[in-house]
Amino acid sequence: MTSPEPTATTLQTGSPLQTGDVLVDVEDVSLSFGSVRALVDVSLTIRQGEITALVGDNGAGKSTLVRCISGIHRPDSGHIVFDGTKTDFHSPEDARGAGIETVHQNLALVEDLTVWQNLFLNRELVRRFGPIAFLDRKRMQQRATEMVSTLAVNVPAVSSRVRRLSGGQRQAVSICRAAGFSSRLVIMDEPTAALGVQETAKVEELILRLRDEGHAVLLISHNFAQVMRLSDHVWVMRAGRCVGGRRTADTTGEEIVALITGAQAA
Amino acid sequence: MATATGAHQPASAPKRTATPSAQNAWAARLKDLGFWAEWAAAIGLVLLVIVFQALNSTFLSTGNIESMLVAAAILIILAVGQTFVITTAGIDLSIASTMTLGAVAFGQAYAHGWGLVASALVAIAAAGVVGVLNGTLIAKGKITDFIVTLGTLSAASGLALILASGKPVTIIDSFLLQLSVGGIWIFGWPVIIAAVVAVAAHVVLFHTRFGTHVLATGGSPDAATAMGISTGRIKIAVYTIAGVLAGLGSILLVARIGAAEPAANTAFLLNSVAAVVLGGVSLFGGRGTITGPVIGALLLTALVNGLTLLGVSQFYQPLAVGIVVVLAALMTRFQR
Repeated sequence: MTSPEPTATTLQTGSPLQTGDVLVDVEDVSLSFGSVRALVDVSLTIRQGEITALVGDNGAGKSTLVRCISGIHRPDSGHIVFDGTKTDFHSPEDARGAGIETVHQNLALVEDLTVWQNLFLNRELVRRFGPIAFLDRKRMQQRATEMVSTLAVNVPAVSSRVRRLSGGQRQAVSICRAAGFSSRLVIMDEPTAALGVQETAKVEELILRLRDEGHAVLLISHNFAQVMRLSDHVWVMRAGRCVGGRRTADTTGEEIVALITGAQAA
Repeated sequence: MATATGAHQPASAPKRTATPSAQNAWAARLKDLGFWAEWAAAIGLVLLVIVFQALNSTFLSTGNIESMLVAAAILIILAVGQTFVITTAGIDLSIASTMTLGAVAFGQAYAHGWGLVASALVAIAAAGVVGVLNGTLIAKGKITDFIVTLGTLSAASGLALILASGKPVTIIDSFLLQLSVGGIWIFGWPVIIAAVVAVAAHVVLFHTRFGTHVLATGGSPDAATAMGISTGRIKIAVYTIAGVLAGLGSILLVARIGAAEPAANTAFLLNSVAAVVLGGVSLFGGRGTITGPVIGALLLTALVNGLTLLGVSQFYQPLAVGIVVVLAALMTRFQR
């Protein structure tokens, strides 16, 4: 796996945080749905400029935690500190406004819209004529072309419908959308689950590049080889709890599996 | 690039990015059923015009074109409203009875001496309220659009009968008369109004954020929601648009008939959906045009007009419309 040359590590947002500083601090977050305790006192950190992996069995609470961070759910207790400020997101829009972007497992692309329309979905650029705002289609197409041209994956013209794109190309468009718009944290839910070998490799390249550009990445994956290859830090969840965290360099796949299954205590 | 990942991964998603070279593009297009499906309405209209003109040379006379356009005006306005709804994967079965309610509201307001402008506003408001109700029940009440609008279909026509006590109100007004018979060259005022509505609708659908969100709501509600679009609000908005346009249609209807009748107008409902389907708008939502349904409305009007000119019994007209619509729906299966 070749990673691209580390480029400028500063984000366009002018973040005061340096690589390795804590960007997200999840403190004792609990959330129940009726009698089901989906999250129990979960605490973990996500660092600036790192790829943080979140692993665990199905139903361990990974998705619920991600949904709390991205503003879909609100914790019953505990809180999430983002860039030094306690968050109080009421919707995914609030989280996006703060710079938290999610690449959903289903990619959240509209097949019948074009690549550029998807990239700018609900963030359309407009030109105002008095009270009416018209889409600035030309500028959106130009900027979309710029955004897409940096991708390792070859995406056809931005005016083609997403329906005509392959799985890897769709993933690339979705990641591209999350990485744009000066996001600080990009959450990726199983980004390569539906992809073939070559496309997986290309998407992994994209993820590494996101990190090198200074984004923090939270990666949810069932693929241990991928987690070991990409991540800087791994958090393990089991039955709604965060049972441990390791620096990826200091651990092995066997140890992570043992933590997930509960064969080894943290 | 040996990655240990791939072993358990499913096979690569099928690649469907074959792009024909530029010079072959047109030839390929003509062989592609999807191309024909997309332009079914326009091709059908041209064919109809050729056939009817060959059989009866008065078909393309200025007078007949003028009357066909006027006859199509209300249908065009309703079809535009229906297009917004169908683009979000919904359907408005109440659109024609909403128009009836608007017409009756107009008649009652006019009979009570409210004057033309106020009566017109009452008509649009009454129809608009039905639209808001439809949208709210569908978006917030989480009831299927089909059931909701079937209910308001009945409720609105019942309300119209109650308001009018079952009797039509004759409206004699020089302005309304002028509206129905006047115009510029061969374009009557109703046609000009319909054209303005269609152009405005096209601009809204393709050149505003709202339009993009309408397409996204129909194409993938999950993706739209994930990107922060309130699909509920979009739903309410499109049904309101359909209601308001039904109200506008009701004014033209009153002007044309010279009376506000609590009549059912079922043909308008069927034809509005038919025009949209003919126009290549997907009933599953997410893709639509305004030109398509407008051409669809013109086609349906030309069909009925041509059959009448040829002296075909009126009884055959619904049959012909039905056949054309089902054929058009078959064509949409081949859309890309």
